[in-house]
Amino acid sequence: MSGAEKITVTVTDIVPLNELVTRFKFERTDGALLPTFSGGAHTVVEMKDGDTTRLNPYSLMSDPMDQRAYTISVRRDDAGRGGSLFMHRNVKIGDEMTLSYPVNLFSLDLRAKKHLFFAGGIGITPFLAQIKQLERTGGNWELHYACRSEALGSYVDELTTHYPNQVHIYYDEQDQKIDLEHLLDGQPLGTHIYVCGPKGMIGWVRNTAEQLGWPREAVHHEEFLAPQSGKPFEVKLAVSNKVIQVGEHESLLEAIERAGVDAPYLCRGGACGQCETDVVECDGEILHRDHWLDEAEHASGKKIMPCVSRFEGKTLVLDR
Amino acid sequence: MTIQFNDETFRDDYSFRNSPWAIKRFPFPFDKDDYMYSVNMEPHKGGREGSVFQNRFDVDEHYVSEMRDRAKVLSDDPLRCQSLPHMTLAGWDLLELIMVSKSEDYPDLFELHRDGDKWRWINKPMGIDDTFTFLDEATLPYGPMEYITRQTQGDFALLDQRDDNLWMDAGMVTTQADWSLDFDIGMNFFEWHAPVPLAHEKGIFVRALKFLLNIQQGAPARRLNWTMTVNPLLDTSPENYHKWGIQKTELTPENIGSKQHLRVELQTFFRLPRSNGLVFPIRCYLCSFQDLMTVPKWGRRLHRVIRDLPEELATYKGFIDNRPMMVDYLSQFDDGQPTSLGIWPDLDSEPPLKK
Repeated sequence: MSGAEKITVTVTDIVPLNELVTRFKFERTDGALLPTFSGGAHTVVEMKDGDTTRLNPYSLMSDPMDQRAYTISVRRDDAGRGGSLFMHRNVKIGDEMTLSYPVNLFSLDLRAKKHLFFAGGIGITPFLAQIKQLERTGGNWELHYACRSEALGSYVDELTTHYPNQVHIYYDEQDQKIDLEHLLDGQPLGTHIYVCGPKGMIGWVRNTAEQLGWPREAVHHEEFLAPQSGKPFEVKLAVSNKVIQVGEHESLLEAIERAGVDAPYLCRGGACGQCETDVVECDGEILHRDHWLDEAEHASGKKIMPCVSRFEGKTLVLDR
Repeated sequence: MTIQFNDETFRDDYSFRNSPWAIKRFPFPFDKDDYMYSVNMEPHKGGREGSVFQNRFDVDEHYVSEMRDRAKVLSDDPLRCQSLPHMTLAGWDLLELIMVSKSEDYPDLFELHRDGDKWRWINKPMGIDDTFTFLDEATLPYGPMEYITRQTQGDFALLDQRDDNLWMDAGMVTTQADWSLDFDIGMNFFEWHAPVPLAHEKGIFVRALKFLLNIQQGAPARRLNWTMTVNPLLDTSPENYHKWGIQKTELTPENIGSKQHLRVELQTFFRLPRSNGLVFPIRCYLCSFQDLMTVPKWGRRLHRVIRDLPEELATYKGFIDNRPMMVDYLSQFDDGQPTSLGIWPDLDSEPPLKK
C-alpha cells in the first residue's frame, strides 16, 4: 500500500473564517486518541467525490500535543481541480473521512536559537502548530505574516492577541510590506528562517537570504503545488503492461492509481520525492512542475514526478 | 507468557547461556546459503508468534542481566550515553514510545499510568516504580533517553533529520559491534558509515538513506545485521578493544563451539512524532556455534555462508584470521543436503544431519 498509514475520522466542527477560508476539525471515529505530531506536519485528506477519490495535503494547524482532534484550514480555490471546493461545499459535520498519519516535510530545526517565520496567506497554517510547539518548549520565535486584506487575515486576531510582541502583520491592500533586508540583517547568530506562502514570496525570501549570505541549511520553505489541469495524454506503464489515459483535470499519479497500479506517494504536491518515476521512453515534452528533481534531471527527460507533472507529445513509457 | 530471567554475566566468567527457548527463537540472519549486503528492510509490524519480531521491543530471558551489564559499562565510561542539547525532545519521544509499547505488549511486566502529564511507570523485573512529569526533565533521575534506555535491551541511536540527511546527535551505546558513539556523535549518515567496505560502491547507502528519510509515523521498519564475537561479550567497543580484541586469539578447535558466537543485530527504525527525528534501536542477540548447531538447517547454512563470504566482509567483520578454524568446525555440520528458504529453524520439516 502506498502513502502513509490511514486513520478514520469524523468531522466534528466546520468554521468559516472568511470569504475564502474554512476550518475543519476531525476526531477519531473509534474514539481513540490521534497520534501526536511535530509542528509543520501535514495530513493527506481523502475525499470521496462520486467516482473520484481526491487526495489533498493540508498542514495540521492544531496543537501537536492535543491528541483529541486535528484541525486544518482550507482555502477555496475556484480555479482548482475541485478538492478545496469539495471540502467547502460537500463536507458536513458528522461525515466520516480518511486522513493519513502526519508527515512532516517542514520540520523545525531544533538547534535554532531563534525561529523566524514568514507566512503569506494560507501559508500561515503550519506556523500555527509550530508556534504552539515552541510555546510549550520555551522556544524563541517571531512571525511576519502578510495577508491580502484585513477581511482575509485568517487567525490575525488570535495571533496578535496572544503574542502581541512576536507577531507582525502586513496587509497588501494597505501597501504594507515586510522590510525583509532590514529584518534579516538584525538577527542573532543561530537564527533559522522558515517561509510558507505563494511561490513569489518563497522565492523572494530565499533569494534575499542567499544574497545576504545566509547558509542554505538555515533557510526552510514549504510549498505544496496543486496539480494543474492540462491537455489529456496517454501513457504506457511498462511494468504493469497497461496503457492509461490521463484526463484534463486528473494528475498522472491519479490516473495510474485509477488503473489499479500501486504507485508510491506521500505529499502529492511535488515536494517529497516519494513518487519519483523512471522514464523508459519519451517522444515529446515532459511538463515538469515539481520541486524535487533538479534542473539537470528535468532536462534529462529520464525522470518524472507523476503527482504534479504532465506530458505533451507522442509517446511516454514509464517504469511503473 | 512469563519470562524466567537469567542471572548471568557477559564478562569475566561469561556465565551467559541461552535456554532451548532462546535458541529456537534466535534471529538467524541468513535466509539463503550465501550473503551479500542489501537494503533488506521490511515493515516492523509484528511477526511469528514467540519470535523476536513479534513485539515492538523484544524482552527476553537476558533482560535483567543485560541491564546490569549496561550500568557497569556506564559507570566505567559515561560517554557511552550522550545527547546533544537539541535532542531532548527526541529523548521524550523515545521514552513515550518504549513505555507505551512495553506496557501494551508485556502488561504482566510493565505498567504505564497517565493522568495528563503526570506519569507513573512500573518496571517489575527491575523493581522500578517512578512517578514523573512528562516533558519535565527535573522530575527524572536521568535525561529521558538515558532513563528509559537504562531499562531497555539494545543500543539506541537517536537521529536528527535535517538537510535531507540523518545526524547521529544522541545515543546509548554499550552493546555495540565495534563502533563508538563518542567518535560518531554529530556525524551524518554517510560519515558514520564511511568505514563499511563494498556497500558504498553498490550505492547501498544512498538508497538506504532515502528509505530512512521516508520512514513515517506509525510505519516502523526493521532489518537484521550480523557479525562474529568470541565469548558472549556485549561490550565489544573500540574503547575497550585492548581488553576484548586479544580474546580472538584464544580460539582453539576444542573450544570454538562454546566460545565462538554469532552476533545478530535486530535493527529497527521508528519515526518520532514530536521531534520528527528517527530512533534506531540496535538489539544484540548472541548464540554460540554449538547451540546453533542443534538446528540442522542452521548448521548446513552457516557453514556455506562463512566459507563463501567475500574476503573484504570477513576482514571488516573482524574474523578473517579465525575463518579457517570456523569453517573446519562448521563443516562437520554440513552434509550437503539442500536447505529450505528463509531464516526459520524448520525443525519439523528439515532432515537431521546425515553423517
